[in-house]
Amino acid sequence: MGKSRSGTDEPFETSGYLHVLALLGGTAMGISRRVLATLGSISLLLSETFGGILCGVFVPGVRLGREALLTQMVRVGIKAIPIVIMIQLAIGMILPLQMFPKLDEFGQAEQIATINGIAAFRELGPLMTAVILSGFAGASIAAELGTMVVAEEIEALEALALNPVRFLVVPRLLATIVMMVLLTVIADVVMVLGGFLTSLRLGIDADVFYLLSREAVDLMGFGTGLIKAGVFGLLVGLIACYLGLAVKPWQGSDGVGKATTHTVVYSIVAIIGADAIFTVIFYSYGLFK
Amino acid sequence: MPDYTNTSEPVIQVRSVIKSFGDQRVLDGIDLDVMPGEIMVVMGGSGCGKSTLLRHMIGSIVPDSGSVKLFGREITTLSEQEMNEIRKKFGILFQSGALINSLTVGENVALPLREHTHLDEKTIEIMIKIKLELVSLRIHADKMPAQLSGGMKKRAGLARAIALDPQILFYDEPSAGLDPVTSAQIDQLIIDLTRKLHVTSVVVTHEMDSAFSIADRMCMLDKGKVLKIGMRQEFETLRDTPAENLTSDQDKLIRQFLRGDADGPLSRRKADSDYEEDLLRV
Ligand SMILES: Nc1ncnc2c1ncn2[C@@H]1O[C@H](COP(=O)(O)OP(=O)(O)OP(=O)(O)O)[C@@H](O)[C@H]1O
Ligand SMILES: [Mg+2]
Repeated sequence: MGKSRSGTDEPFETSGYLHVLALLGGTAMGISRRVLATLGSISLLLSETFGGILCGVFVPGVRLGREALLTQMVRVGIKAIPIVIMIQLAIGMILPLQMFPKLDEFGQAEQIATINGIAAFRELGPLMTAVILSGFAGASIAAELGTMVVAEEIEALEALALNPVRFLVVPRLLATIVMMVLLTVIADVVMVLGGFLTSLRLGIDADVFYLLSREAVDLMGFGTGLIKAGVFGLLVGLIACYLGLAVKPWQGSDGVGKATTHTVVYSIVAIIGADAIFTVIFYSYGLFK
Repeated sequence: MPDYTNTSEPVIQVRSVIKSFGDQRVLDGIDLDVMPGEIMVVMGGSGCGKSTLLRHMIGSIVPDSGSVKLFGREITTLSEQEMNEIRKKFGILFQSGALINSLTVGENVALPLREHTHLDEKTIEIMIKIKLELVSLRIHADKMPAQLSGGMKKRAGLARAIALDPQILFYDEPSAGLDPVTSAQIDQLIIDLTRKLHVTSVVVTHEMDSAFSIADRMCMLDKGKVLKIGMRQEFETLRDTPAENLTSDQDKLIRQFLRGDADGPLSRRKADSDYEEDLLRV
């Protein structure tokens, strides 16, 4: 008997839907095996990167490459600032507008400040920044590293006894994490600003808005938001570096294109997944009231 | 002159190396010794596995079986760190140059110096100038690789390969795609480096003129096997012998390759293949 497409030997004669089931099962097993293998290599990359960071910080003589880090931070973060501001301003203006009619019915119109503040600092600031950066930084990092693989640059680095992880991944990953946190601070503030503009338009007193916003945003909400941002940055950077370096030289520009697309898709999935987990943890430990 | 006395150890020793990519067996039991201070030229048709053999010698591919020794040390089982120590002792010029595209030409040459030595910036600047002058690229130090022609990239790659004054130099097609004058200059550079600095060189090439002008010994690969290894003079004799006087098919095949003749056993091999069958199967 031949081999089925998923590579497993068919155990018995199958017919009709049984056959389809067997095929699906085999494919699912193949996929889950691949996912496990991928997760394995990603954690390997992560541990190697942290090894590289620790080496750079603690071992004298090994350079962390401050210039490289700076270049990457500018490239990852600074250019994304206008987009982050634009999007967060828009969301900050839209969300209160949507909430207003219902809240007004209850005579609680000014509570849009509370809702907007909580949404910005706990959720939408980190989340939207991460989504923007996955398109901005993630895609460009994956494309850059993929192109370097195809151009044999990675092999050349290795032949020069330079570790591509230490040399390329460390500065990119650090830059993504740092810039994600910094951009999130901007995103948080700008979204509240957007809400403020709307509430002025809706005739809510500026002082009331300010007071309610201050009340809604506690240190805990702000801090947990930044922790989330840091982890999102780690995920985006890690996925981008992994998929970029996983391009094979013979895949050419096709492989680079796929790596770029996959980076954005997987990053967003990973971000949402991590967000869900964080929310469960934060609430079950009663960090939020 | 290279040291061919019996007492000297080979700098590179390749033994029974076998490597397959998927179903395709690219290297099928390769044995090759490279002696200190010699220029070994590796020849063979396109796709016969020359670059793959080179990648085994620099430790970027591990063979399915067999052994590769550099400086007397088995490299197929080394850890990444141990391998890196050995990598600092050889340089390689890749087929495409393989410059880091985000760095200028000068920075590319400086890269190994900055990362692996404790030289100060001033000294590094001077060394960049010296290495780039050797390949006539000094005035292009501040250009980005994308602004260079293919031949210039290759020369810049060579400048980077010799940055750390290596003991072995590997060249993958150093003169392919260069004009005749530059190509001759590169040949001269290979000879100078080898003779004056006692570097050992392994050169993969298709260009027979260049091969015969630089080689001490030559090695011909075909179908993943070594067809013949010998002194340059043996190959010269083989090339200049009339085909009628050769008895073995192997010699005739090598002769055709060396001369670049259109007619011979190599061409007939293509006709023998299952071409017609393959067409009919469609
Ligand atoms: N990483 C790889 N994966 C799969 N196949 C490969 C890989 N590297 C090389 N090959 C195959 O191995 C064979 C030999 O390739 P190699 O690059 O060594 O040839 P070459 O002799 O250097 O050819 P050329 O003179 O054209 O550079 C080719 O058929 C190629 O398709
Ligand atoms: Mg080649």
